[in-house]
Amino acid sequence: MKRVITCISCPKGCRLEIEADGKAFVSVSGNKCPRGAEYARRETEAPLRVLTTCVLTRGLDIKMLPVRTSGPIPLERLAEAAAAVRRLTVTTPVKAGAVVAADLLGLGVDLVACRRAGKP
Amino acid sequence: MRRELVIVGGGPAGMAAALAARAAGVRDVLLLERDSCLGGILNQCIHPGFGLHYFKQELTGPEYAGRFADLVRQDPGIEVSLNSFVSKLDGSLELSYLRPGALVDVKAGAVILATGCRERTREMITIPGMRPAGVFPAGLAQKMVNIEGWLPGTEAVIAGSGDIGLIMARRLTLEGVKVKAVVEIKPEPSGLARNVAQCLDDFGIPLYLRHRISFIHGADRVSKVTVSRVAENGSDEPGSSFDIACDTVLVSVGLIPENELLEMAGGAVDRRNNTPVSAGVNLTSVPGLFACGNAFKVYDLADSVTADSALAGRLAAEYLGASPSPEEPV
Ligand code: SF4
Repeated sequence: MKRVITCISCPKGCRLEIEADGKAFVSVSGNKCPRGAEYARRETEAPLRVLTTCVLTRGLDIKMLPVRTSGPIPLERLAEAAAAVRRLTVTTPVKAGAVVAADLLGLGVDLVACRRAGKP
Repeated sequence: MRRELVIVGGGPAGMAAALAARAAGVRDVLLLERDSCLGGILNQCIHPGFGLHYFKQELTGPEYAGRFADLVRQDPGIEVSLNSFVSKLDGSLELSYLRPGALVDVKAGAVILATGCRERTREMITIPGMRPAGVFPAGLAQKMVNIEGWLPGTEAVIAGSGDIGLIMARRLTLEGVKVKAVVEIKPEPSGLARNVAQCLDDFGIPLYLRHRISFIHGADRVSKVTVSRVAENGSDEPGSSFDIACDTVLVSVGLIPENELLEMAGGAVDRRNNTPVSAGVNLTSVPGLFACGNAFKVYDLADSVTADSALAGRLAAEYLGASPSPEEPV
């Protein structure tokens, strides 16, 4: 079956024409670079996304701490992971890159701070 | 007080200009930022997509800003003044800025305006209807959610498919807000295709192309919007209208460069898009006064802002007669 999607791996946003048999990837065209082919395969087998969101802080100099997952997680679990992050609060200073929550939801990725947060 | 180079705005443009000016031999840079931290708009752009050109790595906005902020802070030749708002600039490059507890007057050798842009509003595209609470520019909503930590509402419709609107459709969805539609008057989305894919398609948010919000309803708070299909001649197609219940409307219809200081200094501004009238990239009509980043023209990518703004730093250095290695003049 043919399917047309947009590659999200870079701002060029190539239109990828994917030939696949259900979740079995067959071939792709339209990608301007090899990362597009890799994206097409992953997108057919099991789409993955990096989650970026914010964690509420208490007693720090910024109110919301931007965070990301250390690696991509399954797209279908993005909403669940974001909801889990909404239940967290950070109360101690963190450096950019610090782990805010290890092994988020058992997905094998950490939640990492994208900027520092200090005492006010 | 005399300063060699004053840069107004500590976002990606101002930071890149400051670092490039230093590298080109400027000894004294004063970087003025009205917010309480460096980074500008990138601090609220918490999504990934930054740095692919510049760092060959996909970073979030705060991470991208943080890399430059670290370099700026480590440079003894750059003085960063936060919470500092420039209230006056004239054509001889005398300026005044307010910071907590002081009004400071400076005579600058050269000035770079890196003041960014602001959002077009509902009024600028005239969406008919009532005037209830709950209508926000998309970038303001982004600041509310990502910096202040409040949600603008519970059910939203987004007018316009600019990148900020698309990004906010995903952002609100992840925060538990129901985003019911993105409505775009043009036949094509105006944001990047990748943002349509990863912000709308991923979450099944409908995109209505060639449609517009033809009425906003609500007494105190938005209660619903009427959406209509737009015919070739620009009018609403009869019988095409339908209502969507919502309490929030985000407006994402583009950006306008912020150039009040340039005007104050007597610089020429093109009224059509509020950009400096210019003989070349980063130049203004006032000698010694440069503009870069979104204040010069609205960019799609922060990486391009960084690249072009570095040029502004070098132009200012050249204007000031600075040279990278004074011991060995080139
Ligand atoms: S295929 Fe390559 S060039 Fe095209 S969008 Fe994907 S990553 Fe970018």
